[in-house]
Amino acid sequence: MLGRLTWSAIPWGEPIPLITAGVVGAGLASILGLIVWRGWFPYLWREWLTSTDHKRIGVLYCGLALAMLVRGFSDAIMMRAQLALAAHGAPGYLPPDHYNQIFSAHGTIMIFFVAMPFVVGLMNFAVPLQIGARDVAFPVLNAVSFWLTAAGVLLVNVSLVVGEFSRTGWLAYPPLSETAFSPGVGVDYYLWSLQISGLGTLLSGINLVVTILKLRAPGMGYMRMPVFVWTALASNLLIVAAFPVLTATFAMLLLDRYCGFHFFTIGAGGNPMMYINLIWIWGHPEVYILILPGFGIFSEVIATFSGKPLFGYRSMVAATMVICMLSFMVWLHHFFTMGAGANVNAFFGVMTMVIAVPTGVKVFNWLFTMYGGSIRFEVPMLWAIGFIITFVIGGATGVLLAIPPADFVLHNSLFLIAHFHNTAIGGVLFGAMAGYTYWFPKAFGFRLEERLGKAVFWCWLIGFYLAFMPLYVLGLMGATRRMQHYDDPNWQPLMIVAFAGAVLILIGIMLTVLQLYVSIRTREHRRDTNGDPWVGRTLEWSIPSPPPAWNFAVLPQVEGLDAWWTTKQRRLDGADPGGARAFAPFHLPRRNPTGFTAAFFAVVMGFALIWHIWWMALGGVAGIVALGLRQAWRTETEVEVSAADIAAYDQARMAGGPA
Amino acid sequence: MTVAATPIEEIPLSLRGPAPTRVLVGYGFWLFLLSDIIIFGVFFAAYAVLSGETAGGPGGPQLFERGRVLIETGCLLASSFTCGMMAIAATRRARGTTFFWALVTMALGATFLSLETIEFARMAASGAVPQRSAFLSSFFTLVGTHGLHVTTGLVWLGVMIAQIATLGFSAAVQRRLLCFTLFWHALDIVWVGVFTIVYLGAH
Repeated sequence: MLGRLTWSAIPWGEPIPLITAGVVGAGLASILGLIVWRGWFPYLWREWLTSTDHKRIGVLYCGLALAMLVRGFSDAIMMRAQLALAAHGAPGYLPPDHYNQIFSAHGTIMIFFVAMPFVVGLMNFAVPLQIGARDVAFPVLNAVSFWLTAAGVLLVNVSLVVGEFSRTGWLAYPPLSETAFSPGVGVDYYLWSLQISGLGTLLSGINLVVTILKLRAPGMGYMRMPVFVWTALASNLLIVAAFPVLTATFAMLLLDRYCGFHFFTIGAGGNPMMYINLIWIWGHPEVYILILPGFGIFSEVIATFSGKPLFGYRSMVAATMVICMLSFMVWLHHFFTMGAGANVNAFFGVMTMVIAVPTGVKVFNWLFTMYGGSIRFEVPMLWAIGFIITFVIGGATGVLLAIPPADFVLHNSLFLIAHFHNTAIGGVLFGAMAGYTYWFPKAFGFRLEERLGKAVFWCWLIGFYLAFMPLYVLGLMGATRRMQHYDDPNWQPLMIVAFAGAVLILIGIMLTVLQLYVSIRTREHRRDTNGDPWVGRTLEWSIPSPPPAWNFAVLPQVEGLDAWWTTKQRRLDGADPGGARAFAPFHLPRRNPTGFTAAFFAVVMGFALIWHIWWMALGGVAGIVALGLRQAWRTETEVEVSAADIAAYDQARMAGGPA
Repeated sequence: MTVAATPIEEIPLSLRGPAPTRVLVGYGFWLFLLSDIIIFGVFFAAYAVLSGETAGGPGGPQLFERGRVLIETGCLLASSFTCGMMAIAATRRARGTTFFWALVTMALGATFLSLETIEFARMAASGAVPQRSAFLSSFFTLVGTHGLHVTTGLVWLGVMIAQIATLGFSAAVQRRLLCFTLFWHALDIVWVGVFTIVYLGAH
């Protein structure tokens, strides 16, 4: 009846997951209680859970990412604490079995449920505004994408209390992840939560590519798109090309595990190395899926806060698209030690060094943008400067690892861990934090508190260097990744420094929460009244903060790069009097519960498949099919916004009324 | 201000502003099909790697009956033609003709599927199940995924008939028909690959 699910699935004997689950459960229950008690549920349902507005969905993505950052970071600091203790025969406090689950969960959550939703959320929010569009191409599909991602998040977190999580690292290499060596539900939790959220990511990628290529405002040719839009285009093209590889690879592993197939098994002709090739054919583009939008955010931020147009726009676009293509030609550098032979390794080593060239072009462009500019050291700009320095170090160690003979020594050492955290934190996370601070006033109509914002930045910057520079040294001393304890007492001081760095980052994360709280409480002092708090250059700053549901009352007519900056200049020169505008009616999508409900059935299906509860899985699939049919027969999908409505809104805004 | 006066045909495509919904949907579905073809690409790659790994079990030449597969291929290619006829009838809003060609397409698709099912059943009866060897795992996954797509297509076509019957040829229904025809033709392209690489390539 309940497949493999029994009472013993709940880890009664392990206090850490039980207490965590208790705290999280109590927290969620009290939030839910507050929502019901205050009568907020109808509002939430109407305005957020069933929303098809790209801005709302973008905010939901970022909120999800910040919440999961806390979860992923808890795993990180637990590992750092374990390694600060477990030296020279000391066992530490985490048993190996639990430690293995923690490093697997940390990697999985940070990449798939922090970095991805953060980046996708910022693209969702900002791209339509930057190209002068009223929404994304497929608003209902956008909601489905988000809620599928949320479904994956829920499944990963359920694994904390019901059953176990994967112990096989963040990419679940076979043969370890095959049934013979991982018979439990851990790998199944991993696979199904990533299959479900991966589908959401693919749909979101298609949506944003169509949005960028087909919904730009009149006059916005390709070479007039803001650089963030270019990087979002590159990133989403990579999603469309790479995520199907992940889906197919996981499907083969699932067939191995559920039906006894022999794709990656050791016996009957299976080939585990094929999995490792395939997973990195997705995995390396994934690195650029995450970092390219970060580059875009920094380009916007550096140009805005230097008060100058971006230096070398065309070379920036070219570098972005070159990285986009080359990212598919370097995957083998993740396993030089496989034994593919000197020539193959040499090719991929050279390609890896080549891909550093366009990245170097970008760094120089950012530096030259700042050169001679009137730089304002506001919070987004601090993240950008911190990024340039940190990312160059991370890139340099990456080029070291690209040399196959060096990689044979450094492979799977803490040097590698230090390298990719150097790029992932210094690039993706700093970029996401810069974007969060930069677009927050656009989303909510008030700025984040600056002093706390700066404190958060310094905590992360110093904390990062304290936490990861020792790992470079430890890697060179021979410390390996995924190591639960070690014998060499000389490593311990560096491990303690790394732990101290993690504590500093913890303070940074707590200050982020405090900053949000303080900013909301004192929002009246930081109101963004004119929609352009940073003296911006691109179209999102030409509309009120927060923007109305339709974003643009009249679609902007774009005549060059930095469209909003040019308009402001013309107004200063008196060449553009502004004045009365002719409003035309248009259609907006209605709110739609399909996304939320689809996620509900996806969770039911995923949970049932993990625990082999076949009738329940069928129920989940039937629910999704029924939902699809319901959607196919929904005819009232849009609501008309009349010209009078828009005019009334515009009037109220001109009169200084509530936006 | 001068731009508004320019006739739309003289403005470069990239500067014209938002595209109509039909273009968005068709283009988005194209991208989806490309991603679907990448999934097939991965299964093709797996088949290429594993096709020799029979683990002492039967290989392609012992198992494949090219005559039957040729009939399957004929059915599927013909169904692409009838699907095209259906699309023409749908643009002319000829309900009866659309239904006729839709039913012919379904019949051809169903024939393809039944022949494939018979082939799979015969193989399984002789012990050539996907659990037998890596070669058979990759064969059943590649060909079976295509079969699953055809099954989905048949269900989808059934839904489209019901949509035309209840909603008529509304703009949304027309867009979905466009997507369906793209999907159905893409399955043909994939099948040409399967036929060439799996069945003709077996030696």
